[in-house]
Amino acid sequence: MKFGVIRFPGSNCDQDAFHAVKDVLGQPVEYLWHQEADLRGADCVIVPGGFSYGDYLRCGAIARFSPVMSAVQEHAARGGLVLGICNGFQVLCESHLLPGALIRNDGQRFVCRHVALRVENAGTPFTNQMRPGQSLCIPVAHGEGKYVCDDDTLAALRRSGRILFRYAAGDNPNGSLDDIAGIAGEGFNVLGMMPHPERAADPALGSGDGRLLFESLLNYWR
Amino acid sequence: MAQVKVYVTLKPALLDAQGKVVQGALQQLGYEDVTQVRVGKYIEMTVADGTRAPAVEAQVKEMCDRLLANPVIEDYKFEVEA
Repeated sequence: MKFGVIRFPGSNCDQDAFHAVKDVLGQPVEYLWHQEADLRGADCVIVPGGFSYGDYLRCGAIARFSPVMSAVQEHAARGGLVLGICNGFQVLCESHLLPGALIRNDGQRFVCRHVALRVENAGTPFTNQMRPGQSLCIPVAHGEGKYVCDDDTLAALRRSGRILFRYAAGDNPNGSLDDIAGIAGEGFNVLGMMPHPERAADPALGSGDGRLLFESLLNYWR
Repeated sequence: MAQVKVYVTLKPALLDAQGKVVQGALQQLGYEDVTQVRVGKYIEMTVADGTRAPAVEAQVKEMCDRLLANPVIEDYKFEVEA
């Protein structure tokens, strides 16, 4: 299974994602430059965390119009796998690949710590190696991670099981609506999440729980 | 040449965490009458060939919808001075 990790100016979790795929999962991976509308044959595209284009205007607003994102749009429309982490989640929302938006944390602070995530739907390409209700220890690191959407969108997300991860009760770091930490697109081939599974894929980093997400992708692909 | 002023604000239904903190700071300074603060963005643009105001307005609206504002969370208004 081939992975591609996008690099925008200001991406800073690209190497973590690359390491998780190459060294932990043992799968081929390439960097994808934002100026090239070429996914180099990637089966799964990772839109990594960071501060693409300096977070200017709104997080992810400028990255959305980069050449590589038009290729990602086509890839997603064909059912291709896309994983957006942190700033990547913001980019996917700005790109309308996922509904809603991410705004400033309620506490107004940048939050950088491990949180407890609850697996809400374990029947997806991203979660099939997890158990429903399982608790995962995964770090967050963001200032603008409060997920918001309108009532109709929230109802649709709930109804269709597209909320894959919630922050555990009492552990919501940003005031996210309905404790939402990660949502999937309609076809379940696109996932956006604020927590960083790639920073918890190697037990040397304090938690290995994020590895389950990458193993789920591999299992789905096989 | 047209001068364009765009104002982008968070939708009223959304809590403006930044505005709330600024309000708290103002109250701390003794401005207790400040009951609400909303922080937004102000964008100035110069548009060449902006002699036909209606055409510029249509273009600016498109710019706001596509890039300058996110309709999911923000409202915008703008002024065009030919």
